[in-house]
Amino acid sequence: MKNKLIFQIAISLLLARWKQTLVAAIGVTFSITMFITLLSFMTGLNDLLDGLLLNRTAHVRLFKELSISKNQPADVYYKNTKGHNFIRSVKPKNERLDISNSGAIISTLQKDARVLGVAPKITAQVFYNVGAIDLTGVINGIEPLEENRLFKFNDYVTAGNFLDLKNIPNSVILGKGLAQNMMVSIGDVVQVTTSKGERLSLKVVGFFQSGIQDIDKVQSYASIKTTQKLLGASANYITDIQVKLKDILGAPAAAKEFESFYEVNAIDIQTANSQFETGSSIRSLISYAVGITLLIVAGFGIYNILNMMIYEKMDSIAILKAVGFSGGDVNKIFISIALSIGIFGGAMGLLGGFGLSSLIDQIPFNTDSLPTVKTYPINYNPNFYIIGGIFSIITTYFAGYFPARKASSIDPVVIIRGK
Amino acid sequence: MESLHVTKYFHDPATIRILNDINFSLHESEFVSIIGKSGCGKSTLLYILSTMDTDYEGDIVIDGVSMKGKSEKILARVRNEKIGFVFQFHYLLNEFSVLKNVMLPGLKLGLYSEKEIEHRAYEKLKILGIENEALKMPNQLSGGQKQRVAIARALINDPLLIMGDEPTGNLDKKNSEIVFDIFQELAQEFKQTLLIVTHDNEFAARTTRIIEMEDGQIIRM
Repeated sequence: MKNKLIFQIAISLLLARWKQTLVAAIGVTFSITMFITLLSFMTGLNDLLDGLLLNRTAHVRLFKELSISKNQPADVYYKNTKGHNFIRSVKPKNERLDISNSGAIISTLQKDARVLGVAPKITAQVFYNVGAIDLTGVINGIEPLEENRLFKFNDYVTAGNFLDLKNIPNSVILGKGLAQNMMVSIGDVVQVTTSKGERLSLKVVGFFQSGIQDIDKVQSYASIKTTQKLLGASANYITDIQVKLKDILGAPAAAKEFESFYEVNAIDIQTANSQFETGSSIRSLISYAVGITLLIVAGFGIYNILNMMIYEKMDSIAILKAVGFSGGDVNKIFISIALSIGIFGGAMGLLGGFGLSSLIDQIPFNTDSLPTVKTYPINYNPNFYIIGGIFSIITTYFAGYFPARKASSIDPVVIIRGK
Repeated sequence: MESLHVTKYFHDPATIRILNDINFSLHESEFVSIIGKSGCGKSTLLYILSTMDTDYEGDIVIDGVSMKGKSEKILARVRNEKIGFVFQFHYLLNEFSVLKNVMLPGLKLGLYSEKEIEHRAYEKLKILGIENEALKMPNQLSGGQKQRVAIARALINDPLLIMGDEPTGNLDKKNSEIVFDIFQELAQEFKQTLLIVTHDNEFAARTTRIIEMEDGQIIRM
């Protein structure tokens, strides 16, 4: 009953100055709209850029690095003598690059509860023979289906069908830059030579475009079997095992464990790409900062308008007090005015933000480097709306708090006698 | 209602004793006027008695309860419940209709339902002969009508005491007469206690008791 009365008075005061009220509410609406749009757009962009890397990168990559042995014979032999062994110019032994016992490792990994999927891979250094010249390049031997499931391979195949890698023997998908350099199109046959001198003809079944030109100029994809044939290796020759985990945050721990357990090298995505994480967190920090600044500016607008309203309504406040409204009641009246501006403006802002981001979502955005992206990226994260809503109420509350306190401390005698 | 040794100082620009040891009491259904020259402290006294001004020495007792040192919230409640106020200027809220203006203190007190308060507000307006203006906005009324609405508002909670600070000060002869008649009627028919500050000696002469002040002291009561 009492609060209803206070609310009625607040609404009447609001409506009496509806133009100013509207301006204040529009201020809040605008800032919330921009806050939501900015964050959605920024995060959308972040996700896109991260996805560029994260989607295509294994969470943990197992591989074998040729390096000098950690246990040198001299160390073993002179183990119990005093002093140090100095051995200079140690060279690695000529070993095979493939992971030994890869089949068993893969089947064990697939049973691991943390693992989402495992994709084997072979990296082969090759020369593409174009007439008289040779272009250096890399052929990645992959399992097309698994590669697509885990790393969205198909998203980057801009021409042709990635399944042809599996269905057509001796087939290859070339990087777009590479294909342009070689002036080949789908259906053509290219000659490749491995570093060991073996030659093979491969049929081009598609092009891929990763978004990173340097990669597109060098890399191409073939099936594991084709690559093994190219290298003249056996059917269990695998140089990399790519592991995708259910929880990306578990990658560093998993990498350490796999490394010691399987006796291979393992690197996690966080270590391999630390700069990406930094970039995206700073970008979101900036967008939050800008959004919150907008809200605070809107808050000052409300503060000003309420302050003016108090000067204008000094008489009314005095009389309300004279007829028995306490300072607390007057305080509540002005806080409810501020909050109604905040809630109304904020709600409109949330709608506006959603509208504006959906609009941006429709704007065409075509770039050669991002073949899958057709419009500007937007992230519709409900958290932005929750933060925006809460923040609009908090700012307007504080914008109303000081004027309301001032109004509540008005001495009615001074006003009434002043006339 | 009693005023006990009320003394008040004004501190700006220099400390002046504006009221000096004022003692008097007011009994039920008295119609009292306070007169005196400009600046003698009669309005100041009234605002102290109304509980709106709390910066004084001495004590005020309303309905047997001391007002000294009470919280702002309790004083607001006392004003709401026990005191009706009529000012020189009508001080109606332009955002509300006449009826709503009259109802406001009643709604604040919350003793009755909204419907009942509305009914009572109509009754009060009827006593003052302006029930036909109930749904108009205050700025559509004449000065005399506004002052009558203000009186109706003062009456809504059936206060123990109605205080007036020059309630006829802004009105012409005819309207002053009407307002005085209303006060007279309230005093005689409804046994309403009234305390009116005025500088109109003619007005004062027709009240049942006159308190005359000079230089912050009561010289006749």
